[in-house]
Amino acid sequence: MSTALLQAEGIGRRFGGFTALEDISVSFARGELTSIIGPNGAGKSTFFNILSGTLSPSMGTLRFKGRELNGMPQHRFVHQGISRSYQITNIFPDLSVHENVRVAAQAMRVSYDIWRRRADLVELSERADAALASVGLIGKRGEQAKFLAHGQQRALEIAIALVSEPELLLLDEPTAGMGPEETKEMVALLERLAERRTVLLVEHKMKMVLGLSQRVIVLHHGRLLADGKPEEIRGNPDVRRVYLGQSEGYG
Amino acid sequence: MTVQSTGEAPSLSPSQRLFAVLSDHRVLVSLVALALLPWLLPSKALAVNVLIYGVVVMGYNLLFGYTGLLSFGHAAFFGAGAYLTGIAIGRWGLPWFAAVPLAIAASTALAALIGTISTRTRGIYFSMVTLALAQLVYYVALQASSLTGGENGLRGFTVDRINLLGLPINFLDPVNKYYILMAFAALALWVQSRILNSPFGAVIEAIRENEQRARACGYDVERCKLIVFMLSGAISAVGGCMSALHLSIVPLDSLHYQTSGMIVMMVLLGGARSFFGPFIGAATFLILEDVVSLWTPHWQIVVGAIFVVFVLFLPKGIWGTLLDGLPVARAQR
Repeated sequence: MSTALLQAEGIGRRFGGFTALEDISVSFARGELTSIIGPNGAGKSTFFNILSGTLSPSMGTLRFKGRELNGMPQHRFVHQGISRSYQITNIFPDLSVHENVRVAAQAMRVSYDIWRRRADLVELSERADAALASVGLIGKRGEQAKFLAHGQQRALEIAIALVSEPELLLLDEPTAGMGPEETKEMVALLERLAERRTVLLVEHKMKMVLGLSQRVIVLHHGRLLADGKPEEIRGNPDVRRVYLGQSEGYG
Repeated sequence: MTVQSTGEAPSLSPSQRLFAVLSDHRVLVSLVALALLPWLLPSKALAVNVLIYGVVVMGYNLLFGYTGLLSFGHAAFFGAGAYLTGIAIGRWGLPWFAAVPLAIAASTALAALIGTISTRTRGIYFSMVTLALAQLVYYVALQASSLTGGENGLRGFTVDRINLLGLPINFLDPVNKYYILMAFAALALWVQSRILNSPFGAVIEAIRENEQRARACGYDVERCKLIVFMLSGAISAVGGCMSALHLSIVPLDSLHYQTSGMIVMMVLLGGARSFFGPFIGAATFLILEDVVSLWTPHWQIVVGAIFVVFVLFLPKGIWGTLLDGLPVARAQR
């Protein structure tokens, strides 16, 4: 238990009279790639938003490296070592690709300095370039982010999340809206990322999730339905019933 | 990594290189342009007004153009700078060089107060809260007439002589006046340029582009907004101080919401998000006012119509559109 990187205990969330999540207790070990799946409205996004500090839980506690995160404002999460990407591309559209990542790197070092020249912070610029190189975007560094292709914007999104060097990387549907070719590239990228850090993924593409993850968590109606290795999930009758359907539902 | 932030530099043409040098020295280039202004415009009085409102609008641009926060209450900081300069000189007998820093500091404190309340809201609510709080300042100035002169404005503090390193300069001479006030503008331009080039300058642009993402990146967005609100108020207050020294009176209208509206119009005419745009905007507005009011007392109708055309067809303003049209400038982005 004490070796868990992130630990959720009895997490619940209500929106008015609606209970989106109820009593979720899971812990995530260091170095694992875990996926969260479930049908629409299962509470995946709510759970994900709670883990990344975007939402605060109505009940339960969240611990990261043993430290309680409840009540911590969202902007502090990345400083703890938790970084996220978004399902809908969420970048700085008018800034250059390089500046998108550089400004994210800068958040870890300096926020309120109004006097130094930002161009003098060479190390941040180099770190941004390294992050861009790792997602294959270094050739686009001078372009305005809004002119990138969809798949490239998704990769930029990951570079922004990556440059803070998080211990836990939360990715919300990184292949959303991608074609098969782009998806293949993204999967290769995710595999490389997972070699060196703990990754938590929310995904819809079942086949991809089962092939990629070491562990799969299934949510249904805001509750934890199953939790185990991909083989176990594939064989789980409850999961087949609610999520995979008769046709095995490989989408 | 061998790639540096100036990785694309070698492929620049001579004209692009010239433009790069000019924009690297934008403070100096702006000052040269402002130094020529009194000799280009029909009157020195008009030039002084362009200088003063240019500084006010430049401060406003930090908040509106660069951070994306539409304040409708910047008259409060322009007026506060002017009133406090006048009160410090006329009522408390301070010399101008003590009155001006005091007025800027107090206006920044006022910006901290208004900013603390208004930056908790977003969008149209932010605009309305700044408008309401600025009107509050207006009514305080109206009611506290023993200190502010109420409806008649603040009078009785003429600065006619400025002592520069033992050399007394006649401040009533319009040319002297212009160039002394330009020293204040130079300071404001330099500070603004430093802020824009700083790491914090990158943060406010990130907030303008995508507030949610900036927060997820680890920035305390609310605190950053408050800081930029104070910086913006401080720079606009410099313009207020200049106005008080120039006019030797502070009209109550300085604090009125119409002044706030004029500031918004000037930045949109000139070009939000551009360094020199505020001065172009102030010049355009004031020249239009001058020219059109010769024909008709209802000059606002004409200026308003021109403004609507700008909002619809030139959203980047005169200066922003001009820079966009230059291929050498586009390569700079």
